[in-house]
Amino acid sequence: MRVLAAMSGGVDSAVAAARARDAGHDVVGVHLALSAKPATMREGARGCCSVEDSHDARRCADVLDIPFYVWDMAARFTEDVVEPFVAEYAAGRTPNPCLRCNEKIKFSAVLDRALALGFDAVVTGHYARLTDGVLRRAVDPDKDQSYVLGVLTADQLAHAMFPLGESPKSEVRAEAARRGLVVAEKPDSHDICFIPSGDTRGFLADRLSEAPGELVDAVSGAVLGRHSGVAGFTVGQRHGLGLQAPAADGRPRYVLGIEPVSRQVTVGPVEELDVHALSASAPVWHGGHGVTEDVVVQVRAHGGLAPARVTVSDDGLEAALAEPLRGVAPGQAVVVYSGDRVLGSATITSTR
Amino acid sequence: MTYLDHAATTPMLPVAVARYSEALGRVGNPSSLHTAGRRARKDVEEARESIAGAVGALPTEVVLATGGTEADNLAVKGIYWARREADPRHTGVVVSAVEHHAVLDAAEWLAEHEGATLHVLGVDETGRVHPSALRELLAAHADEIAVVSVMWANNEVGSVNDVRALADVAHEFDVPLHTDAVQAVGSLPVDFATSGADALSLTGHKLGGPVGVGALLLRRDASCMPLLHGGGQERDVRSGTLDVAGTLSLAAAVHAAVDDVPRRTVELAGLRDDLVARLVAEVPDATLNGVPLDAAPVAGGPARLPGNAHLSFPGCEGDSLLMLLDAHEIECSTGSACTAGVARPSHVLLAMGVEEAAARGSLRFSLGHSSTAADVDAAVAAIGPVVERARGALARS
Repeated sequence: MRVLAAMSGGVDSAVAAARARDAGHDVVGVHLALSAKPATMREGARGCCSVEDSHDARRCADVLDIPFYVWDMAARFTEDVVEPFVAEYAAGRTPNPCLRCNEKIKFSAVLDRALALGFDAVVTGHYARLTDGVLRRAVDPDKDQSYVLGVLTADQLAHAMFPLGESPKSEVRAEAARRGLVVAEKPDSHDICFIPSGDTRGFLADRLSEAPGELVDAVSGAVLGRHSGVAGFTVGQRHGLGLQAPAADGRPRYVLGIEPVSRQVTVGPVEELDVHALSASAPVWHGGHGVTEDVVVQVRAHGGLAPARVTVSDDGLEAALAEPLRGVAPGQAVVVYSGDRVLGSATITSTR
Repeated sequence: MTYLDHAATTPMLPVAVARYSEALGRVGNPSSLHTAGRRARKDVEEARESIAGAVGALPTEVVLATGGTEADNLAVKGIYWARREADPRHTGVVVSAVEHHAVLDAAEWLAEHEGATLHVLGVDETGRVHPSALRELLAAHADEIAVVSVMWANNEVGSVNDVRALADVAHEFDVPLHTDAVQAVGSLPVDFATSGADALSLTGHKLGGPVGVGALLLRRDASCMPLLHGGGQERDVRSGTLDVAGTLSLAAAVHAAVDDVPRRTVELAGLRDDLVARLVAEVPDATLNGVPLDAAPVAGGPARLPGNAHLSFPGCEGDSLLMLLDAHEIECSTGSACTAGVARPSHVLLAMGVEEAAARGSLRFSLGHSSTAADVDAAVAAIGPVVERARGALARS
């Protein structure tokens, strides 16, 4: 097959491209330029979109002896990932931009263009297994990224290749070193690629005209203080609340809810974070959605798993959790698993 | 492989390779006083005289440098500094909107860091600067302008300016004119003395010489401050140990290329005209950017670089076209190369009034001394299916 390898300049996508080539595919490497004004150098371990990262991707393609190009996806990325990210926070929800990027950029804009240009599939360095259209968790539980891929439709998955799903990360690094890829020791990228400073609240504050609001105690209803804007608060957040006086019982307070219209942020003790049931909309199901018993739901990229009973409707799902989960935020995805198999993904709208 | 990107860099001429490699084996710093040094100095000075003779300059006017970028920076910044020192009112810099980034960014840097005022000269829809536009600007700002820089021939669309007429206008207002002739030397008749320019940039690798060697032709009476300080080897305007082998090779290439201009003008233009006609026959809505092929001559020479074919293909992304042609072993360009390889709409096309979408769907094919009819055939054979596929890609994204 003719396959297009999306190469970030990191070790995973480089090894994925190498494996696709070794499997006999005709591979072309593409680095996606996602920032209109990329930084010259990468900052610490964060981000993947500097000119330095583009250079690393090119050097890997050179070593693999595959053609390499840079595709300018900055406008699409801004429109489909960054702007919705800001809008979701403004609406009091907690978005997952990596998931949106997979859904709207890598397996939409890039895949569409690749198919039109005569390619058969897009290869990425995601840790997930994909066989016969069935998406499963990667064998490396620490690196598994099936959560951020669950949103892909059957048609998108039919043109996706994830060559790293069977390998632990350590093996991928060792293989990169063996292949002479200079990125073998490059640190993993963390956080959000378009906020290389890691300061999400600062990023949002620069983009949102914020209005102040009240911090309210969920139990007593008392106004505990004021905040300068709801953006940047996340359900489950403990630090940076700006509260002077401790709670009466001396225990820490957490953000329990954000009401964007009244701009009221409710805070309370940790047990109030317990979520026993959730509703979600905009579901994507993989191969039908008959199985709803004996499933596990996952509500954030790392951790946040609970056995559940899922009731499916046409435009969403209800999940009753067998064990409570904490810090479940509207806007995040809920992904439904049967064993290691992804059954579907939807966007959390409310929790109880 | 079909190489149609000679405007980016062109293969070295055999005579330049021979001069280069034979000189690389000899020791001698031209600034040394002993026998080896004197021999190196003699070689460099003969090369300088050869270059000067080929382009209508005096040997003392040839300031050797590392290439077009250094020569452009030296001219724009160096003349600006010298003129401002002579008269503090001279803080204006005039450049055309379609200059290479080596000129444009140097001028912008002066504006950002040296208190310069930047004046950008517009171009017509073919990418040319009209002397009347320069006259109008200078009439309004004559006392403030330190330097004017307008390129001889544009690297993207190949449009040729009437440098003589522009220099005459600049001199009416006692303002010096620099011209970036990197694309012109070896492709067009270039005579420094009759051009009237006060400074002219040229570089080796665009005309069959090595990368890393070039020159700023600088009139004897032009004052220019150095960018690089040190031994003052080149008229105290440029320091650094002279590159003997590079200079000999450059001289051989300049001589051969300039001698070949009459042939290139006819043969390359013939190949280029054939390429354009057949590309448009394959893709009927493709349009040629820049000066029409049958335009009247400029200063007795072609109005367009003979090897330049720059076309817009409606409904396509230039980088899709480039990638698909590359897969067909045809090498061309979307315009000027850019940081991180990201394709942006060309500032040249935008200045000419081309719509952004059309600007993004453009390709530059540039022929050179080694181009053949077979190269044209290969590009013509590939373009139809490539454009069709690229259109599909844009329609879906």
